[in-house]
Amino acid sequence: MTHRASHPNLLVLPAVAWLVVFMLIPCLMVLFYAFLTRGIYGGVDYIFTFENLARVFDPLYAKIFLTSARIAGLATLLAILIAYPAAYAICLAPKKWQPVLLFFAVLPFWSNYLIRTYAWIVLLNREGLVNNLLKSLGYTGEPLSLLYSEGAVITGLVYNYLPFVILAIYSSLSRLNPELLEASRDLGANALTTFWRVTLRLTMPGIAAGGVFIFVLSIGNFVTPAVLGGGRFQMIGNVVYDQFLTANDWPFGAALGMALIVIMIVLLLLQARLTAHFAGERREANDGA
Amino acid sequence: MERDVKTRWPGRLILLALFSFLYLPIAVLVLLSFNDSGLPTSWSGFSTRWYRSLMGNQDILHAAWNTLVVALFATLIATVLGTLLALGMETRARRSNGLEALVFSPMVIPDIVLAVALLTFLSRLNATMGLHTIILSHVIFDLAFVCSVVRARLKTFDFSIVEASRDLGASPFQTFWRITFPVLLPAIVAGALLAFTLSVDEFIIAFFTAGAGRSSITLPMQIYSMIRFGITPEINALATIVMAVSAGALVLSQWLNRENRSQ
Repeated sequence: MTHRASHPNLLVLPAVAWLVVFMLIPCLMVLFYAFLTRGIYGGVDYIFTFENLARVFDPLYAKIFLTSARIAGLATLLAILIAYPAAYAICLAPKKWQPVLLFFAVLPFWSNYLIRTYAWIVLLNREGLVNNLLKSLGYTGEPLSLLYSEGAVITGLVYNYLPFVILAIYSSLSRLNPELLEASRDLGANALTTFWRVTLRLTMPGIAAGGVFIFVLSIGNFVTPAVLGGGRFQMIGNVVYDQFLTANDWPFGAALGMALIVIMIVLLLLQARLTAHFAGERREANDGA
Repeated sequence: MERDVKTRWPGRLILLALFSFLYLPIAVLVLLSFNDSGLPTSWSGFSTRWYRSLMGNQDILHAAWNTLVVALFATLIATVLGTLLALGMETRARRSNGLEALVFSPMVIPDIVLAVALLTFLSRLNATMGLHTIILSHVIFDLAFVCSVVRARLKTFDFSIVEASRDLGASPFQTFWRITFPVLLPAIVAGALLAFTLSVDEFIIAFFTAGAGRSSITLPMQIYSMIRFGITPEINALATIVMAVSAGALVLSQWLNRENRSQ
C-alpha cells in the first residue's frame, strides 16, 4: 500500500519508544526484582532466589488472594446481573434515544474514581443517608455499620465499573440478528427458551468482555478496599502497596504484582478463546437463519 | 430489536432504577456541597460557603495547579505521539499483534502494578521525582485513548485524497497539514479531551511517581488524604467542581466526535 503514508514505522516509533522505555522495561524490571533478595536496609541485593514466589503461595497470602478473588468474583456476578437487564432495556428503547441513554450510562465512568468511591462513604456511614432514611422509616435500633465491610467494597466496585459492563453487553445485544429470535419463536420456543438458548448464548462474548474487565480491575484494586474497607481487610493491591511503601520489601511486592499480571493474562486469553468459540456459533446461527 | 407495548414498562422501570443507582450518590454529594451546615443529616439552607473556603485553602489551590500542569503536558505529549501512532498503525501494510498489545495493555494492567513498576524503574535510575515523572507516566495510558479515538476516525478516512494531493505535487508535509490534519482534527481534540480527563483524575500512578514531600502533590492525592479523615464539607465542594470539569470535557469530546459515532 504505497499510496498511504510513506513511513508508517517512523510514525509509530516515538510512541513505541515511549511505551518500551517507560512501561515495558519497568515491567520487566519488576519481573526481575521478583527473583532478587530484599536488602538489609531496604532496597535489593542481587542474590537470585525463588523465595518471593514461594511466599506468594504462603497460606497467609494465598488467603488474601482468595479473598480478593471472592470479592472480585461477587462484584463481577452482581455487575453482570445488573448490567444485562440494563443493556437490554437500552436496546428496547427507541433507536434515537439509545446513544443518549448509553452516553449517560457511561458518563460516571469518566468522572473521578476516588470521588465516586467517596460518595459511598457519604451514603453508608453511621450518620449517613441510608441510616437516616432507616431512622425516618421508623427504625430505632443502633445505626447499621454498613461502611468498612466486604459488602461496601463490593458495592463500590460494582458502582465504579458497571458502566463498562453495560457498554460491553449492549454492543453484543445491539448486533443480535432479530431474525434469529423470530425463527426461534416460529419454531415454537417460548420467550424464556428463546432468551436462554438464543439471546444469552449469542451475547456471551459481551458478557465475557465486561466480566473479565471488571474482574481484572477489581482483583488488583487498591483504592476501593482502602477507602470503603477502611483498611480493616486487605486485597492484593493493598498488600503490594504496603510492600513497596511501608514494609520496604520490594522483591516480594514485585512477586505479588507479577501474580496479578499472570491472572490478568490468563483471563484475557480465556476471554479471547471464549469469544472465538461463540463467534463461530454466531456465524453458524446466522447462516442457518 | 423489536418493541411491543408489553415490554415498554419493565424496560422503563429498569432504566429508572439504573440511572438512580448511577446518579443518586453523585447527586447527594453535589447537594451536600451547597448545604450550609455541611452535614448529611439535615438541610440548613443553600450556601456557597464551602466553595469560598475551598478558594482560601492554599494546599488545594497548589494541588489544583499541579494537576493542571501535569494534565496539560501529559495531554500535549500523548496527543502528538498518539496521533502519529494512530496514523502509523492504520497505514501499516500488516496488523501487528505485538504492537496492539503494547499500545492497549495500559488499559488493562492493574494500575498499582504499573505504579510500582515505574517507582522501581525511576529509583533504580536515581531519577529525581516530581511533576515531570508524573507527566511521563500519564502519557503511557493517555496514548492508548488518543490512539483509539484517532484510529476510529481514520477507519472512515478516504486515503485517495492524500494520493490526489501528492499527485498534484504537494509534499508529504503539506499534504498532512492541508488535508489529513483538518479532517482528523475533531477526533484529535476529542482524544485529547479524554486524555486530559484521565490525567486530571488519575491517582495511584501519580502517588507513586510524585516523589516524597508535598511539593508535587496533585488534586486526587489531596482528595485521597482528605477522605481518609472522613467527610468534610470542603471535599463535597471540591468533588462537585472536579466532576463538573470531567463531565464538561467528556460532553465536548463526544460532541466533537459525533460524526464519527453516527457512521
